[in-house]
Amino acid sequence: MSNPKELRYSKEHEWLSPAADGVSTIGITEHAANALGDVVFVELPEVGSTVTAGETCGELESTKSVSELYAPVTGEVVEANEDVVNDPSLVNSAPFEGGWLFKVRVSEEQADLMSADEYTEFSGS
Amino acid sequence: MSQSASPRRTALDALHRSLGATMTDFAGWDMPLRYGSERDEHNAVRTAAGLFDLSHMGEITVTGVQAADLLDHALVGNMGSIKPGRARYTMICREDGGILDDLIVYRLEADTYMVVANASNAQTVLDALVERAEGFDAEVRDDRDAYALLAVQGPHSPAILKSVTNADLDGLKYYAGLPGTVAGAPALIARTGYTGEDGFELFLAPEHAEQVWQALTAAGQEYGLVPAGLSCRDTLRLEAGMPLYGHELSTDLTPFDAGLGRVVKFEKTANEGAFVGRDALTSAAERAEQNPPRKLVGLIAEGRRVPRAGMAVVAAGGADGTVIGEVTSGAPSPTLGKPIAMAYVDAAHAEPGTKGVGVDIRGTHEPYEVVALPFYQRQK
Repeated sequence: MSNPKELRYSKEHEWLSPAADGVSTIGITEHAANALGDVVFVELPEVGSTVTAGETCGELESTKSVSELYAPVTGEVVEANEDVVNDPSLVNSAPFEGGWLFKVRVSEEQADLMSADEYTEFSGS
Repeated sequence: MSQSASPRRTALDALHRSLGATMTDFAGWDMPLRYGSERDEHNAVRTAAGLFDLSHMGEITVTGVQAADLLDHALVGNMGSIKPGRARYTMICREDGGILDDLIVYRLEADTYMVVANASNAQTVLDALVERAEGFDAEVRDDRDAYALLAVQGPHSPAILKSVTNADLDGLKYYAGLPGTVAGAPALIARTGYTGEDGFELFLAPEHAEQVWQALTAAGQEYGLVPAGLSCRDTLRLEAGMPLYGHELSTDLTPFDAGLGRVVKFEKTANEGAFVGRDALTSAAERAEQNPPRKLVGLIAEGRRVPRAGMAVVAAGGADGTVIGEVTSGAPSPTLGKPIAMAYVDAAHAEPGTKGVGVDIRGTHEPYEVVALPFYQRQK
């Protein structure tokens, strides 16, 4: 698998798109999706709420386990992906595209976000 | 059990890795958890066929003129009444009635039985059988390394297996086994499984495991057979309402507590009806009759959050959240499209159709309906 070059990555296996008009899109990586197995339930932060970098803001549930979703940035949630809530398998089938999770108007980033190459080395895939 | 640092690997280990399997530690074995999507594997077993490596299961052979008497003494079932070529689901209990393991016992010949134990309990079962064999003219043999175990499960499994064996599969009934040749390899072919589907389990020498796996894979291609891992095996058995040791069964429970009192046979011919645990189980049967303990029930979610083993079940309607039970197994059910669970629930709340029972999922009481088990039964 390849991790898109234009994205940056957290140690909790989230990806963050470059900001457009101050808004970044957030999802989980293909590596994380593969490790989870089939995702069956997604709980996303509510639109209008504030998420804090490094803190939990939702959860992803798969056949075998539940994982917390961490925010890689601080800011206001401006959109949540309802398609993923209705069809969580999008996280597995298109983690970097249709399986995106939510969008944030970024006020502060997590300090230690990685480049695609750094994340590939960190995750081993 | 001797705990070694590195997990044990089955004869098919390299093959699983070449198929891209996600491996997991299971009872000291490195086993395939899934090859791709566990939901696709689950659905393939329900609608077509799946091929499993179950070589971690523990085979113990009991032979001798008193093999039947020994097993009647050591296990709770009536083992002497099994006809050669047939199999039975049974349990081995402690003197106090607690369940040591659930087993499938095959009577291969009049004086030869094969006991199949769960991987996690195989050593315990072996030790108990050896100890209980004292005074009987019978030998207990550890055959764990003598067998690989493959299972082909699903509605197309008879057609697939027929294309690689001449054995009389049509004459092979559910819970029966016969020796045969599969893809050129000698095997015990058993019509058993843990999925709720028709299917077969093949006990064979480890050195033949790969050729049989490959032959079944080739034969199964036109039928939609896929390799299937332990993750879907767990959701398949859960939908079928089958208990799993360590979840629904434990040494803290007797078979009567687990709703499986039917496996205990007090009317045995051998040993004047005596067997290990008889007195405690007699009391347990009376207790279950007079003052029912918690009942093992099914729960179906009204919402989408998934219950997991160990989560508390709380009473319907009550804001106080009185705990009335505990989840023993839970998963998203691919067949029902909803989260399901098995749980022990106080008898007063265990009536099928009871709605609004809560499962405490990380502090939130998610609503569930109590249903009778199983969740899924195949159309015959």
